[in-house]
Amino acid sequence: MTEQPVIGEASVPRFPRGVRLQYNAQRQHWMVQAPERVFIPDEVALAVLQRVDGRTSISAMVDTLARDYAAPREVIRDDVLELLRDLARKGVITA
Amino acid sequence: MSLMPPPLAILAELTHRCPLRCPYCSNPVELARAREELSTEEWIELLRQAAALGVLQVHLSGGEPTARKDLERIVLAARELGIYTNLITSAVLLDRARVDALAAAGLDHVQISFQDAEAQSADRIGGFSGGHEKKRAVAGFVRAAGMPLTANLVVHRQNLDRLGAMIGMAAEMGARRIEVAHVQYYGWGLVNRAALVPTRGQVAAADAVVAEARARLEGRAVIDYVVPDYYARRPKPCMGGWARQFLTVTPTGKVLPCHAADSLPGLRFDSIRERPLAEIWESSEAFRRFRGTDWMPEPCRSCDRREMDWGGCRCQAFALVGDAAATDPACGLSPHHGRIAALAARESEEGADAFLYRSFATVAEARGAAALTRDRARPEAAARPAPG
Repeated sequence: MTEQPVIGEASVPRFPRGVRLQYNAQRQHWMVQAPERVFIPDEVALAVLQRVDGRTSISAMVDTLARDYAAPREVIRDDVLELLRDLARKGVITA
Repeated sequence: MSLMPPPLAILAELTHRCPLRCPYCSNPVELARAREELSTEEWIELLRQAAALGVLQVHLSGGEPTARKDLERIVLAARELGIYTNLITSAVLLDRARVDALAAAGLDHVQISFQDAEAQSADRIGGFSGGHEKKRAVAGFVRAAGMPLTANLVVHRQNLDRLGAMIGMAAEMGARRIEVAHVQYYGWGLVNRAALVPTRGQVAAADAVVAEARARLEGRAVIDYVVPDYYARRPKPCMGGWARQFLTVTPTGKVLPCHAADSLPGLRFDSIRERPLAEIWESSEAFRRFRGTDWMPEPCRSCDRREMDWGGCRCQAFALVGDAAATDPACGLSPHHGRIAALAARESEEGADAFLYRSFATVAEARGAAALTRDRARPEAAARPAPG
């Protein structure tokens, strides 16, 4: 296992094999399924994770989110980077 | 949609067959034979019912689940139903081709158990020559196939001093999750407790090893640590509470709130051969018996931790106190706690090291040993706290 590279705006995040975002109809929640763990993302995290597709850069995600939520770009950027770095430490995403 | 939230996960014990003979195996002392096992179609039908109920993950376990030739078909069916698949394996029956076939079927995650950091000791504990090196090789195949790997390190008095080396080995082979699990003392573990229970000093040292490794491996691997509860002050929230989050299906289709529950007397467990899974989860007598807090005796009933640890483990209460409805004696508030801790300390200091290995043939002997262990653990006249 190598150290995770530091995630920045140019990074392209993706879910590694064994992690997926899935809707559960019985619970009416989106859930992140991981090895023997289930995370329930809050509304903000979900908005970010639904844009994680292995093609879109963080920079592009931030642009879209800033537009969709009509919020200052730098605020969104900081939130997104903090969230994705935390999830990368937990092995939920890679970049 | 019913009032009872659906289970998060199912432990599917596909078979009791296993080439290893670990003396702490979580399977019951009485093992099911191959001819009694559920068929492929029955397992797939179970998964269908589980998905409809809202189950998120299935742990494909055993025995050794790869002893079933239809494992790929079961994985494929689970994935098609949207269920996340964990394989809980000893790995010794796997080769590169089978690992690749399971990956192709959509297997999400593999957990391999390790018995020690040193081959000779690991093979002695598992009762299987050459097993340790095989496991290490298969861990490499799993990583090469791109699947996430968990190393399950089962620890006890006879390997705990090498925990640091075991964690190092797991990290080196690319395990993203490392489970350090102290042996649980029911079934075969109870039979072999005197040979397995760690000393207090070992447990303190292990706590420090885990803390240090967690800091060192931050960002590379997560360590889950299951503490040995004979020395704990409060019991573990066994299974997250009886029949609250998990269920186990045995090789023959019996549905249990936990994998050891079959050891409890006086409970009737339903089979998926006879009743739909949703109905069993909702309303079977055995699932309702210890669900929630209504069943609790004192000191649990008025305890402000009653919805944190749910009274601890029913199987442990029965094994040590002779009453499945008693407070888990791992709890410092149980009247039996002092005696249990003293017993663990004494057995660990006596230092017996012979194992009674798990097998299909040693049932009578193991039963005798289990009864003996229970008798030793029980107070003279089995003073049972009256329920509620």
